[in-house]
Amino acid sequence: MKTFNYHSAKDVKEASKLSSSSSAFLAGGMTTIPSIKLGLASYRDIIDIKGIKSLSGIKVSGKSIKIGATTKHVEVANSKDVKKAIPSLAVLAEGIGDPQVRNRGTIGGSIANNDPSADYPSACIALNAVIHTNSRKIEAEKFFKGMFETSLKSGEIIEAIEFSIPEKSNYQKYPNPASRYAVVGVYVAKHKSEVNVAVTGAKSCVYNDKDLAKALSSNFSSSAVDAVRISSSGMNSDIHASGEYRANMVKVFAKKAVEAC
Amino acid sequence: MKKISAEVNGKKITKEVPDHTLLSVFLRDILNLTGTHVGCDTSQCGACVVHVDGKSIKSCTAFAADVNGSRITTIEGITKNGKMHPMQEAFKKLHGLQCGFCTPGMVMSAIDLLQNNKKPSDVEIREWLEGNICRCTGYQNIVAAVKEAASKM
Repeated sequence: MKTFNYHSAKDVKEASKLSSSSSAFLAGGMTTIPSIKLGLASYRDIIDIKGIKSLSGIKVSGKSIKIGATTKHVEVANSKDVKKAIPSLAVLAEGIGDPQVRNRGTIGGSIANNDPSADYPSACIALNAVIHTNSRKIEAEKFFKGMFETSLKSGEIIEAIEFSIPEKSNYQKYPNPASRYAVVGVYVAKHKSEVNVAVTGAKSCVYNDKDLAKALSSNFSSSAVDAVRISSSGMNSDIHASGEYRANMVKVFAKKAVEAC
Repeated sequence: MKKISAEVNGKKITKEVPDHTLLSVFLRDILNLTGTHVGCDTSQCGACVVHVDGKSIKSCTAFAADVNGSRITTIEGITKNGKMHPMQEAFKKLHGLQCGFCTPGMVMSAIDLLQNNKKPSDVEIREWLEGNICRCTGYQNIVAAVKEAASKM
């Protein structure tokens, strides 16, 4: 493994100041550490942000839940506040990886990495999340730019993710049996004036399926999903599932999610 | 180099190590605690599971520097006065191991399960051990051992 300089930042300002074009912020390290070990990434500086207290915690306020960037998956999964306000979000967190990953991995790390098969990006899209950073607020739709790509700038740190509490929501996924990443995951959320159908695992980046969202906005029932045609064009095709299979699963999971809402 | 101060198996230690030292390397090569095994070294197999501040984590996917100041427990730290931990006793009694390579991680992970859930069902045990891979036993006796330990702890 290539060596680096390890820094433990005491606050966001210090972390941002230490960052450069050859640094990475370290929270749970569930992706960063394996990437370094496998030689997929190398950095001159690793800036540990786990010790920054203001970045962790869960706050509910009327219409939204704000989750600090370094809040661990296990904390979201077990949170009484999350279970009460957005039960599907606690279920999603409980389904990530394995217990040791959930004891260590963080929500901010998951969305900053924007793995095309990660679970949390779909929650951000479905629940109209706002990503709070140390310099601005970014709407989820504008945050996820492409495969492993976000709109975060160099030195920008995610501080919290604020989710809108929907009227109803549900998350369905087919987990890869080894990694528990989503082969396909569909997060349906019915808000007061709209429905979002966020899909992960199917394409190179999480997306809101506008056709399903439109159909469900006018008729929130599983039969409304039947009339929508899902094209396999642009769907991932690999040893786990073909594009056609994934396209079909989007529909199957959208129906299951609506029925479970 | 980074100075690491931690409490390992109840003993306070301080060591200076290169910044990129993995926790698994720190435990095995520097502290000579070779009970923690490294299997896949890619955070999938779970042979390297230890407890950091009471919670199970995979030591191959943490740096010694990022657990600085923590309380660490390895498989060597769960015996008391030379007497096996009830989880170890149960694995021995019910043949929850064959080659034994995955066992330290299985035991540490299973102890964490019982901290969260005192009476887990078979399904809950299997779901919890998702991140621990055994290539010998077929898991039946591991599940039986965890249930046995749950009744004794």
